[in-house]
Amino acid sequence: MRERVANSKIPVRVAPATQAEVWRNSVRNKTRTIFLGLMTMSVPLFAHHGAAAYDTTKRTTVKATVTEWFWANPHCFLKFDAKDEKGNVVHWATEASNPSDMVNLGWSKQTFKPGDEITITFMPVKNGQPIGRIEQVVLANGQTLSARVVFQNQTGSPSGLGVSK
Amino acid sequence: MLRFFSALAIALVLPVLFSSLLRAQSASHQQAGVLKGQKAAPAPRHDISGIWDPGNDGIQPLGPRAMPDDGKPEHQLPYTPLGLETLNSHKPSNGIRSVLPGETNDPVVTCDPQGIPREDLYELRTTQILQTPLNVVVLYEFGKIWRVVWTDGRDLPKDPEPRWYGYSVGKWIDDYTFAVQTSGTDERTWVDRAGRPHSSDLHVEERFHRVDHDTLELTVTIDDPKMYTKPWVALDKLRFKLKPPNFDVREMICSPSEFAEYNKVIGNPASGKDPQYLWHRDRHGPRTTAAESLPLLTH
Repeated sequence: MRERVANSKIPVRVAPATQAEVWRNSVRNKTRTIFLGLMTMSVPLFAHHGAAAYDTTKRTTVKATVTEWFWANPHCFLKFDAKDEKGNVVHWATEASNPSDMVNLGWSKQTFKPGDEITITFMPVKNGQPIGRIEQVVLANGQTLSARVVFQNQTGSPSGLGVSK
Repeated sequence: MLRFFSALAIALVLPVLFSSLLRAQSASHQQAGVLKGQKAAPAPRHDISGIWDPGNDGIQPLGPRAMPDDGKPEHQLPYTPLGLETLNSHKPSNGIRSVLPGETNDPVVTCDPQGIPREDLYELRTTQILQTPLNVVVLYEFGKIWRVVWTDGRDLPKDPEPRWYGYSVGKWIDDYTFAVQTSGTDERTWVDRAGRPHSSDLHVEERFHRVDHDTLELTVTIDDPKMYTKPWVALDKLRFKLKPPNFDVREMICSPSEFAEYNKVIGNPASGKDPQYLWHRDRHGPRTTAAESLPLLTH
């Protein structure tokens, strides 16, 4: 029935019958809106939360093992172990955005568990400590998750693009 | 004959079905959202109620959308000497005057309330508006707070005890625009994420304009003669889209314990404040960063 409605040339709207359908609609709208958002001029993630501590000219990509995934405000953070060039294990802590932003990017509290093998790209801090800000993560199953919150340049006109939740 | 009656039956039933579907569409239109290419229904009179989503436009990390703190001449505010002095005492963690996370004195990082107008000007997320005969109640996602705007004709109180969110009264200035006046705000709050200041003399005007059934615009004007030589517009028609009435608004709460954990793990070490991580510098030498010690896969 819904396929026929979708293909109909007559503009017909069928109200969502169930909560599950509301969630599915939300995901579909979210995906479309994120795509449209990427087509506009974007402001990097660090502009949202401040970049004073980070070396914004550098990106580091490593293979790592997750030790902790902290899902909370103000920022979620991911702890992992990665070996340095001498084979010593370094304990890293890298931050993302808040849960509201991360859900819109497809992340969740269940995205990671200790022991997960990942490939992570992040921006390191300037002072040399093992702290960073996440750019993206590639999971063991090959899925890539971006941590970049995209929004239109503040000096532009209102985008009108909502991020449906 | 059978074919004739079948065709007749179809001809009689189809219009009934079609009209039922159209009524469903009309009813569901009230829920929000139009199909692509369709025009939204007209704005209802004297009604800004609903669940409204500004999208990422409401985050406003550099300060309010119409007046970000980005160093551009057109975004320089008309500070009084006291306004400039107070601004310089604020150490934000965003914008051109940002400091390291461990050095900021932004009251929000200790989970103090944002207050008005900052609740409109930073992390403005999905917002629910309820209307009763005596007031309008605004429910904000960030901080999961609410505020009451009285519509019973009362005046703003004179010399009131300051409140984080002040005192608000509102009225309809035309069929589709609801204007809110707020005063009596607590001086401890910042106007925005960038650290713009305000005094106890602050007066805020918000105009909520229902553009059509699915669109709301918010304009915010700041007036504080102690801090600014003239009023300035912080938000200029920021757009919200209407969500369905059964939409579940997410929680976004500043938890002191979660913030403390963040500072312990990220904020303080990133600011060089936590000696726990200095071992790494001592181990690898002062010129080697932790990142440089990793076997890099790509840059």
